[in-house]
Amino acid sequence: MNNNLKEQVLRSSGVNVLKCMRCGKCSGTCPSYDEMEYHPHQFVYMVEKGDIDTLMNSKSIYKCLTCFACVDRCPRNVEPAKVVEAVRLAAVRQQGNNHMNPNQIPDMLDDDMPQQAIVTAFRKYIK
Amino acid sequence: METFTYYPGCTLRTQAKDLDRYARSSAEALGISLEEPSDWQCCGGAYTTAKDEIATKLSAVRTLNSAKENGRPLITVCSACHNVIKQTNYDISNDEEMASKVNNYLKLDEPYNGETTVYHYLELLRDVIGFDNLSQKVVNPFKGKKIAAYYGCLLLRPSKALAMDDPENPVIMEDFIKAIGGTPVIYAQRNECCGGYITLEDKAQAAKRSSAVMQSAKDQGADMIITACPLCLYNLKKNSGSDLPVYYFTELLAEALGVKEESNE
Ligand code: SF4
Ligand code: SF4
Ligand code: SF4
Ligand code: SF4
Repeated sequence: MNNNLKEQVLRSSGVNVLKCMRCGKCSGTCPSYDEMEYHPHQFVYMVEKGDIDTLMNSKSIYKCLTCFACVDRCPRNVEPAKVVEAVRLAAVRQQGNNHMNPNQIPDMLDDDMPQQAIVTAFRKYIK
Repeated sequence: METFTYYPGCTLRTQAKDLDRYARSSAEALGISLEEPSDWQCCGGAYTTAKDEIATKLSAVRTLNSAKENGRPLITVCSACHNVIKQTNYDISNDEEMASKVNNYLKLDEPYNGETTVYHYLELLRDVIGFDNLSQKVVNPFKGKKIAAYYGCLLLRPSKALAMDDPENPVIMEDFIKAIGGTPVIYAQRNECCGGYITLEDKAQAAKRSSAVMQSAKDQGADMIITACPLCLYNLKKNSGSDLPVYYFTELLAEALGVKEESNE
């Protein structure tokens, strides 16, 4: 339980985790479900419990595709993607904790890769 | 000729030149003049929803504000740019704290509070030109062609900010297909994600998502698939392993209007 981190994630996301009724619809619609260790509804629940460190140390935070399906399809308007983003930001903002090193990027490219993919990765993975 | 402010975005300058070139020549054929601000910057590719992120929101606000200063609505065409700009505009209109932080930073002559109207190019066709009007200008109709519209994520969601169409049962791209004389194909995956930027570090996941989209369109008998997003196009072409052709919607538009050849000059 880490109250400071919990406060930070709640403030940064603007999400009221108490609205969640744990129906699991967000996780059911998530295109990254199989690739995630913790699923969108678990992010919401674990943030409520203050278990932020576990999420910050999980690869799941880099598996969200920002497709906003969970945001639109949640019956309670909880907006789980905003929680995932707030946890990921808390992680990459820590010094030396960038998920990607700009030097790695040239190896990931091919002749057709749109710039959009690269700038998005920068925004998501690097602070 | 009606004039609009036009934001191409960086991908349309480089990898997605076709999306841009056909958008411009078609607009001209439809009597619309697109004026590009001289000083736009890349919007960043993804909207940062976090409330404590201000710097990452500024470039989109600058673009919105320059359209406001020109006194014209803003036209986007790349789905990603559109999404970033619409979400920024929505939040700055509805979240006072965010608006005041952004304005403190930017120190514009007059604060920006969401005044600009933003149209995606598809909305320009639907709401300004009108699909009926468009269909009357078609010289090369896509008769008998079964065309599958791929919305992906960013055109529709989050729907309260994007407000383009019903996010679960959209019709705008299908109406566009009808206007250019084609037959729209409805398939389950049309508003599911292609994998997006995960292609940079997880090809397997991008392949899984994009092949699901292509298979779903193919199963419904599509001859081709159309998109407004350079990254969707990339994923569907390179990561799906499918041979179904994928085009930008603007390419079909230019062809239907008979201006495709001159676009390449
Ligand atoms: S869909 Fe909404 S209410 Fe249901 S589990 Fe997810 S966040 Fe909670
Ligand atoms: S926004 Fe992220 S968490 Fe939500 S459904 Fe999409 S990939 Fe899953
Ligand atoms: S969204 Fe993508 S293409 Fe559009 S300007 Fe930003 S980075 Fe460039
Ligand atoms: S479908 Fe793919 S590229 Fe297109 S908007 Fe969704 S994630 Fe982005």
